Amino acid sequence: MAKHRVLVVGGGLAGLAAAMKLAELGIDVDLMSLVPVKRSHSVCAQGGINSVNEQTRHLGDREWMHFDDTVYGGDFLQHQPPAMEMAFGAPKIIDLMDRLGVPFNRTQEGFLDRRRFGGTLFRRTAFAGATTGQQLLYALDEQVRRWEVEGNIRKYEFWDFLGPIRDGNGECRGCVAQDLVTMEIRAFPADAVVIATGGAGLLFGRSTMSMACNGSAASRCYQAGAQYGNAEFVQVHPTAIPGADKLRLMSESARGEGGRVWVPRTPQDPRDPRDIPDGERYYFLEARYPAYGNLVPRDIATREIFDICVNEGLSVERDRQCVYLDLTHIPRRELDRKLAGILEIYEKFQGIDPRDVPMKIFPAVHYCMGGLWVDYERTGEGGLQLGSPRNQVTSIPGLYAIGECDYQYHGANRLGANSLLSCIFSGLIIGGTIQTLFESRSGKTAAEEEPAFYDRERRRHEEEFQHLLQRAPGGANPYAIHAELGEVMTKAATVVRRNDQLAQAYDQVGDLEQRARSCSLSDTTRWTNQNAVFTRALGDMFPVAKAILKGALLRDECRGAHFKPAFAMPSLTADNPQERRAQAEAWCDRFEENNRRWLKSTIARHEAGEPQITYEDVDTSLIPPRPRLYGLAGAKVIEEVWKERQRTRGVASAAAARANGATTSR
Amino acid sequence: MSQQATQRPDRAEYFEVRILRQDGPGQPSYWERHRIQREKDMNVISVLQRIAAQGTTIDGQKVAPVAWDCSCLEEVCGACTMLVNGRVRQACTALVDRLLAEVPKEIELRPMTKFPVIRDLLVDRSRMFHALKRVKAWIPVGGYYHIGASQRQSQSDQEEAYPLSLCMTCGCCVEACPQFTKLELTQLEEETNAEFEQRKNQAYEYAYIGPHAINQAVLFNTHPTGKLNAHERWDALMEEGGLQICGNAQNCVMVCPKNIPLTASIARAGRATTFRMLQKIFDR
Repeated sequence: MAKHRVLVVGGGLAGLAAAMKLAELGIDVDLMSLVPVKRSHSVCAQGGINSVNEQTRHLGDREWMHFDDTVYGGDFLQHQPPAMEMAFGAPKIIDLMDRLGVPFNRTQEGFLDRRRFGGTLFRRTAFAGATTGQQLLYALDEQVRRWEVEGNIRKYEFWDFLGPIRDGNGECRGCVAQDLVTMEIRAFPADAVVIATGGAGLLFGRSTMSMACNGSAASRCYQAGAQYGNAEFVQVHPTAIPGADKLRLMSESARGEGGRVWVPRTPQDPRDPRDIPDGERYYFLEARYPAYGNLVPRDIATREIFDICVNEGLSVERDRQCVYLDLTHIPRRELDRKLAGILEIYEKFQGIDPRDVPMKIFPAVHYCMGGLWVDYERTGEGGLQLGSPRNQVTSIPGLYAIGECDYQYHGANRLGANSLLSCIFSGLIIGGTIQTLFESRSGKTAAEEEPAFYDRERRRHEEEFQHLLQRAPGGANPYAIHAELGEVMTKAATVVRRNDQLAQAYDQVGDLEQRARSCSLSDTTRWTNQNAVFTRALGDMFPVAKAILKGALLRDECRGAHFKPAFAMPSLTADNPQERRAQAEAWCDRFEENNRRWLKSTIARHEAGEPQITYEDVDTSLIPPRPRLYGLAGAKVIEEVWKERQRTRGVASAAAARANGATTSR
Repeated sequence: MSQQATQRPDRAEYFEVRILRQDGPGQPSYWERHRIQREKDMNVISVLQRIAAQGTTIDGQKVAPVAWDCSCLEEVCGACTMLVNGRVRQACTALVDRLLAEVPKEIELRPMTKFPVIRDLLVDRSRMFHALKRVKAWIPVGGYYHIGASQRQSQSDQEEAYPLSLCMTCGCCVEACPQFTKLELTQLEEETNAEFEQRKNQAYEYAYIGPHAINQAVLFNTHPTGKLNAHERWDALMEEGGLQICGNAQNCVMVCPKNIPLTASIARAGRATTFRMLQKIFDR
């Protein structure tokens, strides 16, 4: 019998980790990517990667608490077994990356140094300067190159995934793809296909994402029948540098190392920021969130910055929204050692040294929590059954999704420095999953299938491409339509969402989709035709854009990154303790009622060009959902009431007992 | 910088972009001119985006968008290297305001000259990635199962290794290197794409590996685990197309966008390979 082969699409952290692990297990891999894998978007991750470590352990930290921060930060929308397994796997992943040669920063004793990140009170984040993603990616890229030399991995760089191939039983048996240089279209037989193609930032025009993050591969799977989960949850990062072509990330690590966010108390104070005395500065995050200060979770920091500029009119500049992110109080040597990478980005693009002058920053679309729906198998104790062929499988058998393009780990909001973790974690566990899958299979391998079966699929895509090249001239300009799509999405579906705007945006996107169908090409050649490739990818942005908008429109609540002021939970207003208590009771009633209705994954199916939305229960069996009370007026009373309720139901004690047990048993 | 930007007059201001284009490998190259409206915070990437969206040259001729390579747009992926006003660099950090301050009214874009042009500004840099295979630029760990952490490392060792590991394989160093010459093969008619790839890789085996690969050999040979098979990497540097080709022009270090101390790495590799050569003679 011929050997099984896996096709991995995408060569960022997740795809590389998967390829490397599969190769170790003796499974041959084809690795396909739009760009040379070393240039994948993971290089843009700056701040670090989280895990419980020896230092935090002595302060009482446990894997369970990393898990708890992850689900609390994610507003309880993720299934808990995979998230728990990830937190428990994190220390081992850091050890592995250390062994692979990642130049993590060190303490004076030579151990890995750690910094604090948002949404936690512990210093869990390991880092390599401020280019941690780049360094992690390089380590995996190097391992993959090693396997490439050995002959276990074959790379297909500059190839565009056009869609999965499904057999008569609906199983995925490979894909069709196109060489972006020669424009050759080919079928790739594969016994399993793993999609690791990252987020879809380009839907929003400009974002912190790379130009390859157009979401097309995931969209093509979605259009081929794979379900899409929690599409409406899109993280807007609080701190980015506005630019004409891109919004460049200014890592959370800037705040992790002590950076402070402020605006002048006088609106648009014309003075040099360095001349504004402390008393005339408003450190609004520190003032509003005394416990977490500048390190509140991202969704909250983003809304506060938005609020201070839009609603309070305190933007630093009159014609552009921005606030100061200030590092100037930290010694230069310290900044150079820990943050040089990101400070150089600011310096290069703004021409100002942020070691001397506070940076001007504003929120930008950054990460898709949602993505292809994937399954998992739960153990009796609530962990992940590692090696189960159900883990990470999409709703199409044989088609898997890992990394940012799955919907699995981050719920309604991702914690900083958890993305690199989820990418490597899901990439590594797919190895055992596919190994089990292949062991259970007895039929023909994909390579032994009828060539005619693959050729039929190839020809279908070939014809589509011909049609694209032969479109009539004089139609719409794809770049202009993309710019419009970006504006519509950014306006309606980022920081603050309103139903009227979402409904209108849905119609607008539908119109744009129609117009995009008649886009004509300015390049009709069959050699390195970037114009055709872009136009095709643009067409695939609309189905996902619609899933985001419809998911957001239907979800009448606030959860994590999805914020609809019309459905926000109120602060407590009463001063009288008894009334306040009554308000807190009512608040908790409403919270529970809301969870009954909305603590569910949004599942989108692509039917007749439109997303059909259903909802699915979330496994919250390990940590009962509790109110996310960062900074809410009356948080204390609500918490008291909430705890009493939990006690009477015996929930909290059971969870606590499990937490204590779990600290040692795994 | 930003003060200058805010003082710019409101009326539209235009500049010209001259681009050296080429439709495919072996095709003649030709200049093309575009007229672009100046906007705030522009870089060469946004200029190329405008050119694609406009679709017409300065003479009103309809043309295909310029092909070029880019990804991260923040100078950390290494994709968008090209010659901007004759200087090799990343297009993303080439800011229009600064370019026009140096040379008023015009920006010139050309593909790198040391690599085969695929189309327009897009070149084939596979030779650079192949060089990383030749020097075994990886840590040869025994497996990916959990067996604990690596060794402790001093802060100063980390601070020495980190800058070397920032290399994006962008190609600036080899473009500037007088010893690194272009290697361009032509695909034969009877040859499949895969066969052509294979023939290219064979040719890469003997061509100069370039400063970036020498730097990688040094990076891995100073790592506590990488050190264990250091001799393999030094041996690779002593083969045909290895370190001895370097003519010490020191151009590489001048153009590296990440300020990697390439010449220091080359010097270290030089000492180590000399030592290795003597060791081999005496061990015989």
